[in-house]
Amino acid sequence: MKYYDKLIFELSRKGRCGYSLPDSPYQETTAAIPENLRRGTEPALPEVSELDVVRHYTNLSDMNFGVDTGFYPLGSCTMKYNPKINEEIASMPGFKGIHPLQPASTVQGALRLYRDLCKALSVVTGMAEFTLNPFAGAHGELTGLMIMRRYHISRGDTGRVKVIVPDSAHGTNPASAAVCGLEVVQVKSTADGTIDVEDLKPLLDNTVAGIMMTNPNTLGLFESRIREIADLVHGCGGLLYYDGANMNPLLGVVRPGDMGFDIMHLNLHKTFSTPHGGGGPGAGPVGVAEHLAAYLPVPSVCENSDGSLYVQGNACGYATVSAESIPAGQISGFTGNFGVLLRAYAYILMLGRQNIKMAGPLAVLGANYIKESLKDFYRLPIDTVCKHEFVFDGLADRSTGVTTLDVAKRLLDYGFHAPTIYFPLLFHQSIMIEPTETESKETLDGFIDIMKRIAQEALTEPESLKTAPHTTPVRRLDETSAARQPVLTFRMLSSLN
Amino acid sequence: MEGLLYSESHEWVKVEGEIALIGITDFAQNALGDLSYVDMPEVDDEVSQGEEFGAVESVKAASDLISPVSGTVVEINGELEDNPELLNQDAFANWIIKVSISDKVELDALMDAKQYEEFCQNE
Amino acid sequence: MAFSYFPHTEDDIAGMLDRIGVRTLDELYSDVPSDVIFRGEFDLPDAMSEMEVRRYFENLDSFNRKLKIFCGAGAYDHYSPSVVPYIVSRSEFLTAYTPYQAEISQGTLRYIFEYQSMIAELTGMDCSNASMYDGATAAAEAVIMSVAASKKRKRVLVSETLLPQVMNTVKTYAGYNGISLGFIPAEDGVTSLAMIKSELGTGDVAGVLVPGINRYGIIEDFTDFAGTVHSAGALFMIYSDPSSLAVLKSPGEWGADIVCGDAQTLGIPLSFGGPYVGFLACRKEYVRKLPGRIVGATEDVDGKRAFVLTLQAREQHIRREKATSNICSNQSLMALYVTVYLSLMGPEGLRKVNDLSYGGAHYLYESLLATGHFKTVFDRPFLKEFVVKTDLDVAVLQQTLLDAGYFAALSTEEGYVSFCVTEMRTRQEIDDMVSIIKKLY
Repeated sequence: MKYYDKLIFELSRKGRCGYSLPDSPYQETTAAIPENLRRGTEPALPEVSELDVVRHYTNLSDMNFGVDTGFYPLGSCTMKYNPKINEEIASMPGFKGIHPLQPASTVQGALRLYRDLCKALSVVTGMAEFTLNPFAGAHGELTGLMIMRRYHISRGDTGRVKVIVPDSAHGTNPASAAVCGLEVVQVKSTADGTIDVEDLKPLLDNTVAGIMMTNPNTLGLFESRIREIADLVHGCGGLLYYDGANMNPLLGVVRPGDMGFDIMHLNLHKTFSTPHGGGGPGAGPVGVAEHLAAYLPVPSVCENSDGSLYVQGNACGYATVSAESIPAGQISGFTGNFGVLLRAYAYILMLGRQNIKMAGPLAVLGANYIKESLKDFYRLPIDTVCKHEFVFDGLADRSTGVTTLDVAKRLLDYGFHAPTIYFPLLFHQSIMIEPTETESKETLDGFIDIMKRIAQEALTEPESLKTAPHTTPVRRLDETSAARQPVLTFRMLSSLN
Repeated sequence: MEGLLYSESHEWVKVEGEIALIGITDFAQNALGDLSYVDMPEVDDEVSQGEEFGAVESVKAASDLISPVSGTVVEINGELEDNPELLNQDAFANWIIKVSISDKVELDALMDAKQYEEFCQNE
Repeated sequence: MAFSYFPHTEDDIAGMLDRIGVRTLDELYSDVPSDVIFRGEFDLPDAMSEMEVRRYFENLDSFNRKLKIFCGAGAYDHYSPSVVPYIVSRSEFLTAYTPYQAEISQGTLRYIFEYQSMIAELTGMDCSNASMYDGATAAAEAVIMSVAASKKRKRVLVSETLLPQVMNTVKTYAGYNGISLGFIPAEDGVTSLAMIKSELGTGDVAGVLVPGINRYGIIEDFTDFAGTVHSAGALFMIYSDPSSLAVLKSPGEWGADIVCGDAQTLGIPLSFGGPYVGFLACRKEYVRKLPGRIVGATEDVDGKRAFVLTLQAREQHIRREKATSNICSNQSLMALYVTVYLSLMGPEGLRKVNDLSYGGAHYLYESLLATGHFKTVFDRPFLKEFVVKTDLDVAVLQQTLLDAGYFAALSTEEGYVSFCVTEMRTRQEIDDMVSIIKKLY
């Protein structure tokens, strides 16, 4: 990685041109628009040549680290290999060039893909029906909670305004509940990191819409009492929501539908290999049990009796519908991140019936292997078999004051992306490691060796860890100033000088 | 610090006649780290004992400010808008809001310096 | 059975099981109740080789028809330069995660900073976030943001001239979030300022949302809107097409406080509705109420310029149920699309895109009126999209055009037909389409 400090605006020169457009064959131009509707000052966009642009962004990419670059053991993110056949499929011109409102007869291929992916996800999760419209996991959570609320309201059960969330939950869970107008009630975890069922029982009454859970949970531990929890929540009239962020270890082994979940989301950019893209686009399909299928949002893809497909278009929003079939409304402009859906389905076809059964187990194998190899060097608060990820609570030997942050930054010097740090909040020095099933034993051994070396360095040369990283394009950043005096645009940056 | 009253959510109160000066304790600023922002109410806003009236933010954390008294905001500390780090430098010297107390009886629910010190040791 | 995505050999597996101290992979699931383990066969297709996957999708694709696109309604067939997909497909951008480890993510952080800067420039706002999912959800979050910024008010006025899918999404979010909406009807095709004035009278309005180019393609005139909205203590929000902002009065110039919309018009392919990219920008007084990720400039310990995710205390991973939104992943790579596109286009290129679209749309409009079978609905300025009334049988019109390879004459709720022309359509294509229409009578 090489430090390259230019911003595209700094390469700009008046009169330089990076675009190629035909001349206009028309007389009229936008100059004919009434003056009071026209822009007063030209936007300060860069004027650069095509080579400037290519070189600039190529150099920027050289300061980035992707799964293709190296090992990326981010817990809860499932940074598995992004197959390149997916990219090829997603850029086929036929799929790229179709408009979402084209008549159904002209997009049967796209609609077929949508239905086939829904069916495959149903098979893998045990849920009856899916919507592929949500754009990300958190968006799926919100959609799922809307379905939960709509279900209760449609049955006249309007008092169910609470949702139960474990204290170990990812921040999006309570945040999604709040956006959906639900009150968050926390249930505690036991010392072994799972939901405290005795703490759950008194929380369950007729004001509870349901519970949001992930299984395995954010510590990578399987909630073995899930059937009991499902019975208890159903018993008080609530529904169970499954946060599919941790689906990877269950892929091919366990179906959330079989565990008693009523609604769930999947993260295609985690479990189904679509690329993370630096923070999106992802996709957060939502699956439901049969009795909730009527509440899926629109637009939806439906089948005629002759097998042809059509899009059931916009409904009337949440409020003005009949009691029998109340959709959860509309949560997207069209039918989701179609380009991402294509990639996920290509992955499912490559995996096929035969390979899917190994996906979960190999992910779990890698995680337990790393855990066992490092547990003498790092503090393992819960020493039991884990699923696809596990949590260390910092170094075993903390005598020199080296923190999890320091360990993470030192890993960057060794060419690894750091694991997830300081989450879950249950431990103060959390390091959450998730290798995924696409990493070889050599890669894991390499990581294990470096983690051992860092634990050693913490004792022999702690200062180098506390000031790490040393070899990256930039070193530790002043995040406090960035938050106190935010400089968020080039204009703001320029006015500082 | 003596002469002040304390809440369990680590706010301190200094009573000056009918006015309460409210801030956060040294324990609180230390736990939060370098503060980047203080979200304050506006003058004339009503506050209630036990209810949130604002927030303090650091780079990696945010914490609600819970009012130890009920009343009306009469002044906010404008210096904190551009210099939130004042609370890190001296948490007790920098009040955040001044409130005209509506019910002095509520002060009885707060801790004194010694009780607060014991409380912190058990946190 | 060897599979190219699973690198483990039999020996690898044995060695790893040995270190763990178990004999089989099944033992790693000993904490899972036996009755929950799926022991059946998954009803999925057999594993395919790459060649078979290609064949499968080529076959699927043969059931899609690429048409000459003369419709918009929220998705626009604009030109995408060759450089864009080339840069976006670089694996260091594509396969990277969210830039939480800033030291090895300066690439992502810098393009997001450039994206934020460009969106701020186009909209005339002080700042922007790192992207939203799409225009419809960005509008919904703008509505929520205006309520959060107002502290006590819970009502937002929305114009009925917004695109229907944007309106429906706003309604859905507001309904669950507990925000009460007031609907401002159209008056001769544009948002009625008189009705806004009347609705503001209740004194409990936090924000007002209107479209810069509305569902009929009309460029709305917001003279006196900002003043009216501000004197009632509310925020003025505009839903914009960012491509049009190269030539149209910017929301900043109109006095807006919050701007949202979909940047799909900035070189992102139609791709059957997604991925697109929503944007959300605002004046600096509201920056701490902005949802989503934001990148800021700073320095490292050696004094080198660097960029980092900032103001994170607003976000869900810190603030949880008190966060400004639940958004986590956004559409980051699509923001890169937009950044590269705008870098190539610059102000001149973007103006040309609008001139070509404007010229083509008005040429088509005049040609349709000249047939005598299309009539003006609204005598108002438009850019690239417009509605007309026709006395022809609309279903026959649509099918005839479809058979000839044109996607045009979209039906609207009111019974009009809508057309859109971008720089991708040639004058010849417009002439050909009009010829086909002429054969209908």
